[in-house]
Amino acid sequence: MKSKAYMNPYLAGLILGLVLLGTIYITGRGLGASGAVKSVALSSIVELAPEHTANTTYLKEFSETHDGPLKDWLVWEVIGVVIGAFFSGVLSNRVGLQLERGAKVSEVTRIGTAILGGLLFGLGSQLGRGCTSGSALSGMGVMSFGGIITMLAIFGSAYAFAYFFRNLWLK
Amino acid sequence: MGPLVPYIFSNEFSLVIALLSGIGFGFALEQAGFSSTKKLVGLFYGYDFTVLKVFFTAGVTAMIGVLLLSHFGFLDLNLIYVNPTFLWSALVGGAIMGLGFVIGGFCPGTSVCAAAIGKIDGLAFVFGSAIGIIIFAEAYPFFETIYLAENWGPVLMNEMLGMSKLAFAFLLTAIAFLAFYFTHKIEDKVSKRQSNFSKKKIIVYISGISLAFITLVLITITPSKEEVIAQKIEDPKIQQNIIFNEVDSDALAFEIANNYYKINVIDVRSPEEYEAYHLPMAINIPFEELGNREWHKVFTQNLKANYFYADDESLVRKTYVWASYLGNSENFILTENSKTFKEKFSTDIKMPNEDLKSEMQIYNYRKDLIIKMNILTESLKNLSAPIKVKEVKIQGGC
Repeated sequence: MKSKAYMNPYLAGLILGLVLLGTIYITGRGLGASGAVKSVALSSIVELAPEHTANTTYLKEFSETHDGPLKDWLVWEVIGVVIGAFFSGVLSNRVGLQLERGAKVSEVTRIGTAILGGLLFGLGSQLGRGCTSGSALSGMGVMSFGGIITMLAIFGSAYAFAYFFRNLWLK
Repeated sequence: MGPLVPYIFSNEFSLVIALLSGIGFGFALEQAGFSSTKKLVGLFYGYDFTVLKVFFTAGVTAMIGVLLLSHFGFLDLNLIYVNPTFLWSALVGGAIMGLGFVIGGFCPGTSVCAAAIGKIDGLAFVFGSAIGIIIFAEAYPFFETIYLAENWGPVLMNEMLGMSKLAFAFLLTAIAFLAFYFTHKIEDKVSKRQSNFSKKKIIVYISGISLAFITLVLITITPSKEEVIAQKIEDPKIQQNIIFNEVDSDALAFEIANNYYKINVIDVRSPEEYEAYHLPMAINIPFEELGNREWHKVFTQNLKANYFYADDESLVRKTYVWASYLGNSENFILTENSKTFKEKFSTDIKMPNEDLKSEMQIYNYRKDLIIKMNILTESLKNLSAPIKVKEVKIQGGC
């Protein structure tokens, strides 16, 4: 069976905007994503290497201010994202194991670049205090200056570097 | 009034909200096509601007919604989390993220969506971002200087541009619609297509654009709930027509001494004046802070009567009007100022001449109340002090 076409982008944007608005109205905060990965990743280190944690400033501070991933707002939100995305995938017939890559790119390269890209994004999101969701999107909803300049920096830099990585994506 | 957490919903319950918000978030992202890297990076090569369309529509919708809710007094903007601005870390962090975006083809939220529908590259990206976060944590001392530099606090975009929130909202909405128009043209050019819009689609788009602007115009031209109340408070006609429940110091002292559990004595002067002297049992809600969320309950409850006082009569009357518009509480004002109250009920009031019977009666009445109020203040002083708990050690043999 063929998968269904994607939703009209403006309609999807409207739904996303209303979800964001509802979240702000109920909880006073926006959406996020990288924070959940942070919570899980750093909590595991804290659990596995308590001595190392005590010697590392950032981890120590983290372990003192967090009650573990199961009490983290963003972790539950991202669990929701997995459910919501999976549901949408089932509905539109898009679920299934696959590896999406550019025409000139081998599978190994694609996995390697995905990991490398993730690594840079993860690192950058910590430095920039939030990613596209937490900083840029939610920041725009509440008119945060920091959020909007982070957004401009993300997209500006992506445009600036796009030419050098065109072989990863274009035919 | 929102936000509902933690005033109406507990923090634990907010985790349920988190799950629900996430489901909506994930659903919208996946439906928009954000689970596909090709669709995402299309933005950077000009063949697909879905990201920009979704992103801007969502941002503008949420922004206008936030303004609308706050305009009608449903949402307190002072309590909303605004991302703080650390100039250099935002720019450098953003630049690193942009590089990661174009190499990896995802951002964190979209990679989770991709992984959820079985994309291995999405899962690899999530794995990579965990590594990146750990690297940051481990190498934190290296990043610390730039991470903490130029801390501007939670500044807003409109403040930086020196315009009102609404003016910025108009500007951003206009930019968004222009961007939609031009990116569409670019898409046509890059993918060499000729797009035809059906009549129905054009009508829907035009109504969407109009709705956004009409909402903004309505917010601009209609007074907000706060402005309406402020106007009523200042309006001399309303001040004349309203019936004020007035009490004098003797009546209020009687209430304090005998019915303290049924009343709130509210000092609307500044905290400094309150510190210098205040009535027994009085709490301090400075006039400027009346609208603050923490006091909301005081005015909306109908179990205790509120007694307002200050040293300035018009201030008390304004507070009274304000309180009567806001909630259901029964309100009273003290017609005398705090100084008069202090004189009448100081511990060293002079005993009048024995022959003046009426004055003697007043003296006895006040003296009695002074003693009662002193006992009350003394005995309730410990109410806010921490409770001492005796440690009980369980002793058992083995």
